[in-house]
Amino acid sequence: MFETWEYLLRHPDVVTTWAVDHLIIIAFAITISSIIGIAVGIFISVPGREALADSVLYLAEIVMTIPSMALFGLLMLILGGLGLSSIGFLPAVIALIVYGQLPILRNTHIAIKSVDPHMIEAGRGMGMSPWQILFKVELPLSLPVILAGLRNSIVLLIGITAIAALIGAGGLGVPIFRGLRNARMDLIIIGGVTVSIFALIIDGFMSLLERWITPRGLKQG
Amino acid sequence: MKRQVVLITFLAILLGITVWVTGQGKIGIYSTFTWEQILYCSWSHLKMVVVAVAIGTIIGVPLGVLVTRPGFTRLAIPVIGGANIGQTIPSLAVIAIMAPLLGFGFNSAIVALFIYGLLPIVRNSFTSIRNIDPAIIEAAKGMGMSRGQIARRIELPLARPVIMTGIRVSTVITVGTAELAVLVGGAGLGKITLTGVFARETLIILQGAAPTAAMAIILGFILETFEDWMTPRGLKIDKQK
Amino acid sequence: MIELEHVSKVFADGTKAVDDVSFIVQEGELCVLLGPSGCGKTTTMKMINRLVSLTEGRILLNGTNVLDFEETELRKQIGYAIQEIGLFPHMTVGENIEVVPELRGWPKAKRRERAAELLQMVKLPAEFIDRYPKELSGGQRQRVGVARALGADPEVLLMDEPFGAIDPITRVDLQNEFLRIQQDIRKTIVFVTHDIYEAIKMGDKIALMNGGRLIQFDSPFNILFQPQDSFVQDFVGRDRALKGLQLIRVKEVMRCSPLTARWDESVEALKGRLPNDEGIEEIPVVDDSGGFLGYIDISLVQTGTVGEHLGHHQVKASIDSVLDEALSIMLSCERKTLAILDHDNRLKGLLSFGDIQRALGEADRSGARP
Repeated sequence: MFETWEYLLRHPDVVTTWAVDHLIIIAFAITISSIIGIAVGIFISVPGREALADSVLYLAEIVMTIPSMALFGLLMLILGGLGLSSIGFLPAVIALIVYGQLPILRNTHIAIKSVDPHMIEAGRGMGMSPWQILFKVELPLSLPVILAGLRNSIVLLIGITAIAALIGAGGLGVPIFRGLRNARMDLIIIGGVTVSIFALIIDGFMSLLERWITPRGLKQG
Repeated sequence: MKRQVVLITFLAILLGITVWVTGQGKIGIYSTFTWEQILYCSWSHLKMVVVAVAIGTIIGVPLGVLVTRPGFTRLAIPVIGGANIGQTIPSLAVIAIMAPLLGFGFNSAIVALFIYGLLPIVRNSFTSIRNIDPAIIEAAKGMGMSRGQIARRIELPLARPVIMTGIRVSTVITVGTAELAVLVGGAGLGKITLTGVFARETLIILQGAAPTAAMAIILGFILETFEDWMTPRGLKIDKQK
Repeated sequence: MIELEHVSKVFADGTKAVDDVSFIVQEGELCVLLGPSGCGKTTTMKMINRLVSLTEGRILLNGTNVLDFEETELRKQIGYAIQEIGLFPHMTVGENIEVVPELRGWPKAKRRERAAELLQMVKLPAEFIDRYPKELSGGQRQRVGVARALGADPEVLLMDEPFGAIDPITRVDLQNEFLRIQQDIRKTIVFVTHDIYEAIKMGDKIALMNGGRLIQFDSPFNILFQPQDSFVQDFVGRDRALKGLQLIRVKEVMRCSPLTARWDESVEALKGRLPNDEGIEEIPVVDDSGGFLGYIDISLVQTGTVGEHLGHHQVKASIDSVLDEALSIMLSCERKTLAILDHDNRLKGLLSFGDIQRALGEADRSGARP
């Protein structure tokens, strides 16, 4: 334990770099992942596309069973073949975008589908166009659940980013792996504890956000 | 029907990949793992998953059910919150932290896997009972059923499927997490995968990853069938008129 | 018989939900606990089978204090049906109905037989016995709920708004059927509702409650026409006369030996028979054996035989019917007199609009039945 503090105090810049790298990767990945996830989620929720929705969701589920290291490896191969940088930032972010899909997709889909059809009918009766209904009725009502999906996704991605350190992406996985390899407990603790705190803080923050955003009329209990 | 087709196709692909890579014998400067090694690693991987999920079930189900009982409902939030933390913390961190705490070895890996996989079991056990329509319990009470009879004849059959789902989800997650177990001295297919990562040889990565994915799918399928078998008929039927 | 003696219930947070309530439900009687939301009627009922514990007073079931029974034993002897029904979704209809019989150790064959019998009683098809609640409509589920409450043939039934959760048409159906069943089996029933129409229709006695207190315990007729205070009066509503129509039978009000015309009589002869000062317009016409043929509007005709001027033969009512039906016929056919017939279509009496008015007026004034 003592060693941990020692290390921290002696190399604050290194630790910060790891942390910052980690956050940058996440920020990138989650932004792109959400845009894609929500857009596709809206797309498959249009009535009549149930079969498509089923297939897309099932596909995303299957993708989740691919161990992250495998996906990294695959991406390295593909990117290398395309002549792009095959280690580090790029494959990590792409893999994260892929993994972040399922929670966001699924939650967006469920949320939109569970909007009370009466409200949509009321909107139509008032003369709203489908786009207006989407943005003024369905999305606001779905927001809490979509945010929950986002939350799940971010937490997941924080974890996978740590693993991405293996392929040179940097981040808080670096001290963890190094520590494991060299039996340096202080490094393990720095990496492990910091990344855990990140995850918990972001999870907690997003929970509060969800609650804050839930329109008062929808809050349960 | 469609689901099963996709599933089997995917499994076939995974199997195919494994067979092909193993057959290569040598890639670049590295030799691929042999069938013996793959089977051995699969077996230890399976062992870890089964033990971790079993412990999770033995501890998690009673725990989740306990906090639905009158008198214990105050504990519901800390218990489920606690389990939730176990899964919010990145799996790598959970596993790695075992090293300074418990040292290296099979047991450390099991503890980590247990912690990470607990949430679905506890949460589902909790909601499985909570989600039973209170009118049903009231009717049962009013009819003269004792607490024990209500638990056995009403709550258990209605809760079983949801609990089973929790166990299934936990299992599938644990198969993935166990890949990292090798880092703290647990064994498993992660050994193969990681070797490939360090060697920067994607095909060897696949040699480890494909069987892992296949295991997740197969176990998920087996448990889903079990889940289906456990669901009382009355809950499955769609309204026919 | 159920006796409540000075029963009170105070909850942990201090609310006095039931305040010194006493009444007796005789064997075979259907007693309705009526009142606005929150008046304590459901709490009172639940103290009978100890789903809610008594704070003060005592409840006797056939002379024995309910506290002297073992809790679950007590409940197995009392049928219980609630508004949300609470059918067990993982059991078939038959298994649901058989629950209490099974708890009481009935052999399988007897249980099965009883379930089939009850399904028939609630007018559900026999093959429903193997269906699951999910496959049934709301009204069908409610019937199963009633059948289940009757499962082990209890003497006493407790029902908490059992017909509450369904559409009005099906509800009327179920109420009628339940009354019919009750006529056969004569259980002692405590029935909670907030619907005064249901209370008047179903109850032998009504216990009207408000704010936890029993305001009036009386027959439906007396609740309508002898209200104890302004609360009862207001609760009953300003249309109490109309509500009371269903409580008075036609035969209590009709004139038993009315003036009739024979079909082969001449109009002049008939006119000769008429008492001068009564202003009679519609006269029922009968055949030789007293069978009803129709009416003759005597003020509109001058010559010929009665038979030539027959009309409105469909304006009639059975001697078993109740005033609301009779009035409805008179209103929709725009007639002032109604012929009352027995099962062989013979004229037994005559009911006029004025008769109904007088009967209701008398009830309103003095609270007395006609």
